[in-house]
Amino acid sequence: MSARPSGGFWRRLVSLTRKEVRQLLRDRANLMMGIALPIVLILIFGYGLSLDVKNAPVAVVLDDASPVARDVVAGLSTPGYLAPRVVGSAHEAYALMRARDVDAAVLVPADFSRRLAAGEAQVQVLLQGADASRATMIRGYVAGALASWSQKRADRGEAARPAAGQVQVVDRMWFNAANTSTWYLVPGLIVLIMTLVGAFLTALVMAREWERGTLESLFVTPVRPVEVLLAKIIPYFCVGLIGLALCLAAAAFLFQVPMYGSLLVLLFSAMLYLLVALGIGLVISSVTRNQFLASQVALIASFLPALMLSGFMFDLRNVPTAIRVIGQILPATYFMELIKSLFLAGNNWPLIARNCAVLAAYAIVLLGVARFVTRKRLD
Amino acid sequence: MDAFIDFWRRLAQLCRKELLAILKDPANRAILVVPALLQSLVFGYAATYNLTNVPYAVLDQSQGAASARLLARLDGTGVFHRVATLAAPRDIARVVDAGEALLVLQFGPDFDARLAQGQDAPLQVILDGRNSNTAGQASAHVAEIVAAYNAELRGGGMPVTAVPRVWYNPNLETRWNIMPALIAALSMMQTLMLTALSVAREREQGTFDQLLATPYTPMEIMLGKAVPPVLIGLVQSSIILGVTLFWFRIPMAGSLATLYAGLAIFTVACVGIGLSISAISVNMQQAMLYTFVLIMPLMLLSGLATPVRNMPDALQFATLANPLRFAIDLVQRVYLEGAGLLSLWRNLVPMFVLGAVTLPLAAWLFRHRLV
Repeated sequence: MSARPSGGFWRRLVSLTRKEVRQLLRDRANLMMGIALPIVLILIFGYGLSLDVKNAPVAVVLDDASPVARDVVAGLSTPGYLAPRVVGSAHEAYALMRARDVDAAVLVPADFSRRLAAGEAQVQVLLQGADASRATMIRGYVAGALASWSQKRADRGEAARPAAGQVQVVDRMWFNAANTSTWYLVPGLIVLIMTLVGAFLTALVMAREWERGTLESLFVTPVRPVEVLLAKIIPYFCVGLIGLALCLAAAAFLFQVPMYGSLLVLLFSAMLYLLVALGIGLVISSVTRNQFLASQVALIASFLPALMLSGFMFDLRNVPTAIRVIGQILPATYFMELIKSLFLAGNNWPLIARNCAVLAAYAIVLLGVARFVTRKRLD
Repeated sequence: MDAFIDFWRRLAQLCRKELLAILKDPANRAILVVPALLQSLVFGYAATYNLTNVPYAVLDQSQGAASARLLARLDGTGVFHRVATLAAPRDIARVVDAGEALLVLQFGPDFDARLAQGQDAPLQVILDGRNSNTAGQASAHVAEIVAAYNAELRGGGMPVTAVPRVWYNPNLETRWNIMPALIAALSMMQTLMLTALSVAREREQGTFDQLLATPYTPMEIMLGKAVPPVLIGLVQSSIILGVTLFWFRIPMAGSLATLYAGLAIFTVACVGIGLSISAISVNMQQAMLYTFVLIMPLMLLSGLATPVRNMPDALQFATLANPLRFAIDLVQRVYLEGAGLLSLWRNLVPMFVLGAVTLPLAAWLFRHRLV
């Protein structure tokens, strides 16, 4: 084999790659997946998804019509956070809660001002628990609004100024000055799109060739398995890079996500991850050799974990250890951590070195397995 | 009457054939059960916005009693875990950059002295905003603890306290919202995929022409293709429901009959969409890609991960064509709130309309391609 002139390798690789590119471009479903879907996802993630709770509708029931009770209600109205509206009765508030027209209801009891004079008044806050994270935020907003109302009242001298000093929390949000989820959702999207193109699309295309036996007809030609694999990888690698370019452009120009790290490091690590994803796709397809199975396995083994377990939407710090271990096995987790840091925090060399090394190791192992599995089928 | 019985007999035979085609392969059988089971378990644990573990670092330049008492309150929550005690401000960047600490509390040198003199003392909280959601929650939590500490300093309670009471989810666990949502979402993914492949597979393997050569009408063929995925989708929903009920032990407020009635209408709508995709695809690969390109927006714009109300108006309008949006709302209402069938009309009607449009559309597309 080694006696063969190396020119043969390149000639065969170029013509094989040309065949693959043609095959890829022929079906517009491929292009939809490779180009249109990333664009749709960018727009949805950038404009459509937001975890930020802003202007939450809250029903207020005033059983105490005294000026001080009205003042508390006015204090609840915090632009950007809570949007209170006074309703006539508790029943009306319950109905609004049930219909999910409001997220919470604040009930000011009839004895509010009397008890406030005694120094300990209460308001009841009903929360719609059907969205727990939203409810948690709103509970915090209401408590905060009440605390600052008390503070203001104390400052105005309407209540005895506390003798002791108070601790004042001064928050500083690093890496996300705008405090918006777009800033971490859009960089994370790069991981999702590379996983889609690399693992899902490749697994599907290769599985189809296995299923229809066209791969075997390729194998009876003088091409070597490694050339077949390379020719498959190259076009999808390019499609993945187009997706990356789209994401980067959207992040920079559409959503103004800052980028503090080095673009070169980002490109390098993205290419590494793309190789990992391609490796996953190739291994899945040659193990299943069936389009339906391959698509399902690719979905379950690569895409869904990248969405749910990589720290993209849900913070890995909050999950039980067993799940965190699963997350830590996934290559997507390392790329996700790296890319978020590169975008929002800057070049953190120990992190870059460690995560790139992990990704490189995954790429070598997975592509090696793909090469091995492909050869085995030939014999 | 005979024609009627005949119709049902023929339909039953067709359904039997389709079910056999799906279930005869052991790998296929496994893929219809195992992922639903695994995913509902894994995501049930993973999909949480609840803050259970906040690693934090302290830079205490005051070294006084006040900061120690405040930190003790923090540690007492069980949520905050101190991972580092810093010596100088320059260490802050190190622990935050490396992701070791989600937040750093910085007490200034005069923290204790100011409080002792009855002055206000600032407490700097530096948050890692790479996940702004987690950071926001942690910040709110710190604020709550500090507020309680302030009350202690004042030597009395707050003049006004909020007494929260949460409906439908007393401990505010996100799992209680996510699991019911998954009952609809996970089964939709496979139902759509399965249906989209059904006709495309026959077309690719050339057996669709054979089916057409039988005395079945196109309508019957379509119904034969539609019924088995509906059944499989309901079985998948049942698996996830089982995990929700018996593994996570989330109490169910509503009735099973209402839940299944809603899920059945939802699954029919999904199958209608899947069959329409199948009708326009030339081969399995196309069918799968089209399905996937569709599943992504359906999942993302359903309220599963982020609330529909946070979306811009145009997208909220677009979600009216998303059966999953209504199904998730419906399952949550039945499961957590115990809503009855009649009060769910706002969810049932759109799903019904979607099914009533897509199924005839699929039938029309079949015929249209055949002629």
